[in-house]
Parts: sequence; structure tokens; C-alpha cells
Amino acid sequence: MGRYVVRRLLQMIPVFIGATLLVFLMMYALPGDPVRALYGERSVDEAQIAAIKAELGLDLPLMQQYWNYLLGVFQGDFGTQIASRRPVMDVITQALPATIRLTVLAFLITVVLGVGMGLVAGLRRGGKTDRAILFVTLIFISVPVFVIGYAYQNFFANTLGWTTPTVRDPEAWTQLILPAMVLASLSLAYVARLTRTSIAENARADYMRTAKAKGLSRPRAVTVHLMRNSLIPVVTFLGVDIGNLMAGAIVTEGIFNVQGIGSAVYRALSFREGATVVGIVTFMIVVYLVVTLLVDLLYAVLDPRIRYA
Amino acid sequence: MPDQNLTGTRSTAPVAEVAQAEAGPPPGKPRSLWSDAWSDLRRKPSFLIAGAMILVLIIIAAFPSLFTSASPREADLQGAFLRSPELTKFFSPEWFGYDSQGRSVYARVIYGTRASIVIGVSVTVIVLFLGSLVGMIAGYFGGWVDAVVSRIVDTFMGIPFLLGAMVILVSFDVRGKLVITLALAVLGWTTIARVMRGSVISVKQADYVQAARSLGAGTWRILLRHVLPNAMAPVIVVAMVALGGYISAEATLSYLGIGLADPAMSWGSDINTGKDQIRVALHVLIFPSIMLSGTILAFLMMGDAVRDALDPKLR
Repeated sequence: MGRYVVRRLLQMIPVFIGATLLVFLMMYALPGDPVRALYGERSVDEAQIAAIKAELGLDLPLMQQYWNYLLGVFQGDFGTQIASRRPVMDVITQALPATIRLTVLAFLITVVLGVGMGLVAGLRRGGKTDRAILFVTLIFISVPVFVIGYAYQNFFANTLGWTTPTVRDPEAWTQLILPAMVLASLSLAYVARLTRTSIAENARADYMRTAKAKGLSRPRAVTVHLMRNSLIPVVTFLGVDIGNLMAGAIVTEGIFNVQGIGSAVYRALSFREGATVVGIVTFMIVVYLVVTLLVDLLYAVLDPRIRYA
Repeated sequence: MPDQNLTGTRSTAPVAEVAQAEAGPPPGKPRSLWSDAWSDLRRKPSFLIAGAMILVLIIIAAFPSLFTSASPREADLQGAFLRSPELTKFFSPEWFGYDSQGRSVYARVIYGTRASIVIGVSVTVIVLFLGSLVGMIAGYFGGWVDAVVSRIVDTFMGIPFLLGAMVILVSFDVRGKLVITLALAVLGWTTIARVMRGSVISVKQADYVQAARSLGAGTWRILLRHVLPNAMAPVIVVAMVALGGYISAEATLSYLGIGLADPAMSWGSDINTGKDQIRVALHVLIFPSIMLSGTILAFLMMGDAVRDALDPKLR
């Protein structure tokens, strides 16, 4: 186990360097000059542009810039907004609490509803409930998040009046339920389908027959034996899914006006603030990599069959 | 398994169940896996419905002018500003109503089909080619080649799909279909590569591969004639499901304002325009949304049906 953790940590290093390098190159090697873009169509003094570039370190050789950027990331510095000269980390820390609250809520909905639906469907494979759940999840997967967002907003807030159409106070959990449901819908569907397949496969396993033969009650056999064995792929998926949740948060927070990291990206995209987009996306990628690492470690704890030499 | 995170279990969910599908016809049966699957599919209603929907969508994408006489760019601000749909006037320009610039929503929905279909299909084709090639090489040769390729795949996998696409696209001033296609393909090929690698590893020890080798077949002949056809099944299924995902991704990017924009036509950017009038004119938002969701649904249903047909475990 200890050796596995060390190996996994060491493997993270090239992936981390590679992923940040890719993001960095995408940003700076592609056409478009962020400083010049600041001035739009207006004619500008070349000296002024050079001065701003020198101030932001954009005139250094590309690899030097990448090194500075990487050093910055390790120190929690995700760049500077070019227009306002405000550190991107400031924007992140200010917006983070709302996003964490939203994501946690969405994650809970995903786990509870997704695993619940998958369990019910998997135990009754081929039945009416199973087919209904498969159909509902197929709809959730095929309707894009922003369409679901407007549909929910229109139905639950504008027509039924159960909640406010936009989130006025991100501290209030009740207002966050609707956006969290939207954010969770895609992952929920995947988790339900994955759980269903896994449960249905394992329900016919020998150990389930043994459990029944030795007189274990059905609920106990399902919760203790079946669930534990079936949820391993689901846990793996949930870890990877953090990446989807963060991309989904950009859309969802935009629709419901949640003042979080997602809406910061959404705003930066509409004002074409490249440096902010890249800074926040880099932050999200770091979070994503750390979470996948943690999930891999958890995987080893959950499944003692897996021996990592 | 030296490294569990390379096996494809970490790729998207419906993919995982497919990855272990054993390719190859069972002994004693004259029919191949593919013809078996085909005879299965022909009798499946969900496959037939999805197939019909996709066929219609492709015809719309190729010849939009067959379906509407109106131009999607013709604006009539005086007469048609946000006029509501007349749902009984089938296929006429006013069928789905007009948007805030007096353009026919029906015509825009019809002409917007091409962007989604073209981008979805081209990304899938590029990703299939690139991913299969890389995955096949890594899986077949193993050793250090596999180690290097797998690390590269891991690196790309470290970047969430949509977030990466945003970073690429935000630096372009004008984003056409080509740029969006390439951006999605650059980030998307790794899923296919992983599935192909796993599939090739399970196939390469098969007797018929050994037999071909002992008969003196060259590496490329073995790969193309024996390994590839038998390792293809799970990859095709993943690619079909992914196609729906690429269409969704294009729409999401266009919706966020970093995909296609005027004068190009895309359901995503139309939904973005429609959202501002959601309370007064829901129809501007609703019809492109229905078309978009229906298209994605058709490709997902197709993928699901093909997966069931190709998975021998369900027989």
C-alpha cells in the first residue's frame, strides 16, 4: 500500500507537468495577443504594449514564461487579470465558497439519487422500473446541461414559483437546490446506469448465492455484500466526474447567476479575458488531478483484491 | 495489470462496461460477430428509430433548402418580431415562430443542423483514426512504447474535455467549424486510444494471431488483417456514444459564446440568443433545444443498441 501511494504520487508529476504545459501552450502558442486585444480596434503605441508585456513577463522566452507560470502555480499564483491587474487567485478565493457549496450539493444529489436509482433498476433488471429508469437517464444524458437549466428554471421557478429563478444569496442552501439539481443531472444519469450494470452483474455472483444459502436476510446481503462489491467502478467514476461537474458549473452558475468560480469563467469568456480563463481553468485542473489521485488511493482501500506491487 | 488506471475503467461510464467485450466469432458458428450483430439490430425498434432519425438529420444537413423555403438570415423586424409559432402550419416559415430579429426559427433550426452533424461526425472520424492507431501501437508492441504512449494519454486525460476546449478556443478571434473540430479532436482521441489499447491487448494473444505470426505474416499485416478487425467492436461502440457527446460539446461551447457565432449557424448559439427572451418568447429557445437534444438522443440510442448487439455477454 505504502509503495503504491509513493508510485502513484511519482506518476502524478509527469501528468501534472504535461497537463499544465499543454494548457500553457494552448494559451500562448495559439494566435491572438492578449495585450493587444485589450485595446480592441484602437490604435496603440507599440512602446506601451511592450511596457505592459514587460510588466506581466510576457516578453520572456516561452519556456522561461512556462517556468514562471509553473512556479506560480505551486505558490498559489494563477496569473494576473490583464485588464484590472488583479491576481486571478483573488477572484478564485472570493468565488470559491459558492462553488464548493453548489458542487457539494450536486455531488450529494448524484450519489444518493444515482446510486439509489441504479440499485433499484439493477435488482429488477428487465422489469418496468428498470426500463423507466433507463429511459429517464437516457433523456438526462442527451439533453445538454444548459437546456435542462432553462427548462428547470422556467418550470420550477417561473411557472410553479417554488423557488427564485436566480440565486440571490449563495449562502442560502434552499436557493442552491435547483442549480444543484441541474448540475447533477448528467452525472446522476451516468452513476445510475453504471450502478445498474454493476449490480445486475454481481447479483448473480456466487457469493450472493452463498449469502442466501447461509440464511442472510435479503437487505443485509444487498447492502453488505452486493453494494460493497458493485460500487467500486462507481467510486472511480465519481472521481473522474469532478472534472465534468466543474465544466458544468460554468454553465449552471451562468444560468442561475451563482457568484462562483463558474460564473467568473463565464464572465471572463464573454469579455474575452483569456488570462482569467486560463488561470481559473488551471486551478480547476489542479483540483481535478488531486481528486483523481485521492480516488485512486481510496480505490486501493475499498477493494482489498487489488494488490499494488 | 501493472497500472490499473490505464485500463479504461476511468473513462466515461457507459464505456467501461463495453471495454471488456470479447471480439471474435464463437467456434462452430459460421456467422461472424458483425453479421450476427446486424441480424440482431435489424429487429430492434430502438435501433430502427435512431437510424431513421439520423438518416433524416443527415439529409437535412446536406440539403437544408429542401425543407424550408425561407432563408435563415432574412430578418423582418417590422412584421415578425418575436411572433409566436403557428403549430398547425407545417413546414412553413412561421411554423416555429420568429426570433427577436424577425428571422424564422424553423429555418434557423433546419440550417443549424449542418454545423452539429458536420462537427460531430468529423471529430469522431479524426478521433477514431488517431486514437485507434495510437492505441493499437501501444497495445500491440507493449514495453517502453506502451509506457510512453500511456503517459501521454494520461497527460491529456488530466485535462477535463470542455475546460480544455475553452482554453484552446478563447485564444481564437474567429472560430470556424475547422478550429472547433480540431480543438475537440485534440482533446478527445485519448478515450479511443485507451479502449483500443485494452482491446488489442486482449486480442493479441489469441490463437489466430499466433497462427498468422507462425505463418510468417508481417507486423502490419497481422495488425491490419487480424488484430484490428477483432479489436474494433468496443471502439466502434465508444465512438458512437462519443459522437453524441461531441455534438453536445459543440453546442455548449457555442452557447458559451466561444464556439460558432453569427454569421455561422448553430443551435448552441441560437439557444444563447433565445435565453434573453425566455419569459416573453419561449419558442425561440425551445425549438433549437428540442432539435439539439433529439439529435444527441438519436446518436446515443444508436450507440446503446450497437453495444447490446456486439456484447456477447448479453446473448
